[in-house]
Amino acid sequence: MVDGERCVLVTGASRGIGAAIARQLAADGWAVAVNFRVDEEAATEVVESILTSGGRSCALQGDVALPDTAESLIGAAEAELGPLLGLVNNAGIRADGLMATLSDEEFSRVVSVNLEAAFRLTRCALRKMIRARFGRIVNVASIVGLRGNPGQANYAASKAGLIAMTRTVAAEVARRGITANLVAPGLIETDMTADLEDSLVGMVPARRAGSPYEVAACVRFLASDEASYVNGATLVVDGALTA
Amino acid sequence: MDSAVSPKAVEERIFDVLGTFGASPEAINREATFEQLDIDSLDLVELAQIVDEEYDVQVTTEDAETLKTVGDAIDLIAARMS
Repeated sequence: MVDGERCVLVTGASRGIGAAIARQLAADGWAVAVNFRVDEEAATEVVESILTSGGRSCALQGDVALPDTAESLIGAAEAELGPLLGLVNNAGIRADGLMATLSDEEFSRVVSVNLEAAFRLTRCALRKMIRARFGRIVNVASIVGLRGNPGQANYAASKAGLIAMTRTVAAEVARRGITANLVAPGLIETDMTADLEDSLVGMVPARRAGSPYEVAACVRFLASDEASYVNGATLVVDGALTA
Repeated sequence: MDSAVSPKAVEERIFDVLGTFGASPEAINREATFEQLDIDSLDLVELAQIVDEEYDVQVTTEDAETLKTVGDAIDLIAARMS
């Protein structure tokens, strides 16, 4: 680990898995930039809980789907918290529908947030990490990106693309001390899955949905010094759903 | 653009940067090719970034592909500074 300050940007961190990741990384000593798009109150709550625990954090508004957001978010994170050595692309949306009925807009909106935003943020972050000879990139994919799921062609395509992109990044920059890995959550209790949980829990061998903290713990490991030789990996966190 | 920087100073800086990329100092000279020095495309991306930051000179990926020797890079950078 590089000595001194290290800052990580977590996108979509005002609630759910992103908020849990922000808290866990702060507990590991990272200064955490908590990105949010609309829910400033929730983001502020995450930041305050980190500050109360003695950590460093700030909330940064920004819609990652917009082309200029990557540069502005990373610039603001560094100005507030120091050199950006960590990036967690967590922000994600779904707009489900059967392939035969998916609109162009539903497809491109999901790909824009789940994949293109990660592309721009990773490109920008890599410039810092390459110079620093250190970096931790952890992207939040989904088991749907590994298997497919009826009604989620757009979401599956975006997450499969994220997995392939992340593995490529790992191969490109591994010799600079940078790792790029993924977690692939299954059914996790969040606002995003609130409408799905009851019908899906029966399919999970663990017989329950996972918690955001169970995903965040894996991100925390992948972002740690101890994970220095784990690179290009996808850690599945799904209660054996895809086992 | 910084006209106060001499071509010699650029050369010294480039040699220095190539050393930090792992090229052995005694092998670094104007005639050495990047291939001989084991300088790869990622190294050239980083070199372009340093040149942009320090000299406000942009070296694109297309430019980088045409550079074979260390001297090629120094000449390109020096030409764009003047």
